[in-house]
Amino acid sequence: MTAAAVNPVRAPRGTGWIMGHAVPVLAVLAAIVVVWYAGAIFLNTPVQRDMFARAGVTDYGFADLAAATLSQERPVLPAPHQVAADFWKWTFATAPTSKRSLVYHGWITLSSTLAGFIAGTLLGILIAVAVVHSRTLDKSLMPWVVASQTIPILALAPMIIVVLNAVGITGLMPKAAISTYLSFFPVAVGMVKGLRSPDVINLDLMRTYSATPAEVLWKLRLPSSVPFLFTSMKVAIAASLVGAIVGELPTGAVAGLGARLLAGSYYGQTVQIWSALVAASLLAAMLIAIVSLAEKLVLARMGVRP
Amino acid sequence: MTAAARPKIPLLLLVTIAAGLGALVLVALGHSAAERNLILLCLLLPVAARAGLRLGGSGTGLVVLGAASVAALGWLVWTMPAARAGFTPAFWLLVLGAWTLGWQTCAALSAARPRGLALQRLVGVAVPLLFGAWLLLFWELACRGFAIPQVLLPAPSQVWARILSDWPTLLADFRQTFLQSVLIGYAIGCGSGFLAALAIDRVPFLKRGLLPVGNLVSALPIVGVAPIMVMWFGFDWPSKAAVVVIMTFFPMLVNTIAGLDAAGRMERDLMRTYAASHGQALTKLRLPAAMPFVFNALKINSTLALIGAIVAEFFGTPTVGMGFRISTEVGRMAIDMVWAEIAVAALAGSLFYGFVSLVERLVTFWHPSFRAR
Repeated sequence: MTAAAVNPVRAPRGTGWIMGHAVPVLAVLAAIVVVWYAGAIFLNTPVQRDMFARAGVTDYGFADLAAATLSQERPVLPAPHQVAADFWKWTFATAPTSKRSLVYHGWITLSSTLAGFIAGTLLGILIAVAVVHSRTLDKSLMPWVVASQTIPILALAPMIIVVLNAVGITGLMPKAAISTYLSFFPVAVGMVKGLRSPDVINLDLMRTYSATPAEVLWKLRLPSSVPFLFTSMKVAIAASLVGAIVGELPTGAVAGLGARLLAGSYYGQTVQIWSALVAASLLAAMLIAIVSLAEKLVLARMGVRP
Repeated sequence: MTAAARPKIPLLLLVTIAAGLGALVLVALGHSAAERNLILLCLLLPVAARAGLRLGGSGTGLVVLGAASVAALGWLVWTMPAARAGFTPAFWLLVLGAWTLGWQTCAALSAARPRGLALQRLVGVAVPLLFGAWLLLFWELACRGFAIPQVLLPAPSQVWARILSDWPTLLADFRQTFLQSVLIGYAIGCGSGFLAALAIDRVPFLKRGLLPVGNLVSALPIVGVAPIMVMWFGFDWPSKAAVVVIMTFFPMLVNTIAGLDAAGRMERDLMRTYAASHGQALTKLRLPAAMPFVFNALKINSTLALIGAIVAEFFGTPTVGMGFRISTEVGRMAIDMVWAEIAVAALAGSLFYGFVSLVERLVTFWHPSFRAR
């Protein structure tokens, strides 16, 4: 749950942002690309040798082989530039309204992600408020909320889709339901922590003001829970996207990034799978960046000094 | 606790009185005397128990309340009508009364502060168990009382019957998915993540570069590599284990790297004054200090592994496995079998998680979160 919430390692004193963070990150990314190319050549070689043998080409050097492995039609592992070209083609060189455009599929996934995320966050906050205010709910409901995090909820996805389809609910709603289900747990758990984060001394001050529980909630508990809310929202939006993508798998590959993945795996279009993966990853990174930006703005507005 | 944490007795009393009046009306309309007596008993019990509790007999009062609550629950299960026709208004009133009693019991038990660790643990387990039993009962009652078609939502009893009749299939699926894909993938993924973190830890430059990337990758929808892995490693369990390896690797890597930095500066300086080698400092100070982080990753991964294996099976499997069974039985509209499979997955997931937590307790017993309160 807190996988994404580990603090970054501090750069040693004296190194700036560029030497401390940008250069190492870029170096790691460059290393990943190099390893990727090497892997593409290595994994595609057996197939390429076959293809050469069938075409009757026998006198080829390593350079020919390597060049050929990086430009196959359906490679075992597509090279980064192939994926980038495919991604570019279907994202920017295609009209967004086209059924083959990644923007079109990405938008469908994004809309159910956002719908599910908003519903899940609200539900999580609601549960947290109820749990914080009722000792009985805390003792009886909270263990189940925690336990339900340990079960593979995603396994429910196909069933929710098919069952809701059977009732006549199709389109956005069933996928959003899965996203809601996945995203409300982190928010509920984080918000319970956050709503309980005010110090006893502050709560006692509210008592001396003879504040009602609602006033304590609005003026003390909610403001002090905001950092917790944003931390759990980052986890929730990533989970919500996974839910939306998995939710698109059993609908028979109609639309959305998940459907692109499934269609690619049906027809052996590896490049298409990878570019859908890249699109999904970019979407995830963008969503988390937006939540982080909102967190910075809100916390700055609330007077938190970094 | 604040004033709001106190159970709201007046509201409960109002509900109970209203229900009691309803029962009287029903009796006046001509229901049998035995039914009336039982309803009244069920409705009056919470009030009486509450009064008894307030008078002071806390220990005995709690036991009586708990016993009455369990008895009411059992009696409801015993007399539950099989078909929709049996769900008369009187029966729903009975449910309401028993629920009020159950809620009162939960409230009284959560408010109780028993002396002794064993008693506290017992109460800590009893409250969620009672609540969970009620949730199951409501599910069953809703399915029967509103005649929800089995295709939409099977009742717990139907799921249970399915588990009993089809357990060889469930066992085979469990063996394929959990014992092969999940456990092997989990072991390889966590192990290689841990070892990679130990190696990277020696190069600060790499550490600073990998941590942001690793953090990002942990948040990406990695399940998406499932179709690729199925293409590379075939339909059987190795492809699922590969997905699990990729899903579990990065959380482990990121958490271990962060954990290795968790040891305090003072302790590290102490190691320096002892002229400890890198290996000695690692095994005696930094690894033990990293254990809470490592177990955090192990716990996250226990859930991720099961999800990864099940989702990967949606992309192609031999004709066995939990994910395969779920997707095919959904297609055949045998939703009770799907729920049976989910129940097995939930049980396996919880036990796995519980086992990791248990080991964590034994290894990091010194951590503040495990100290006795």
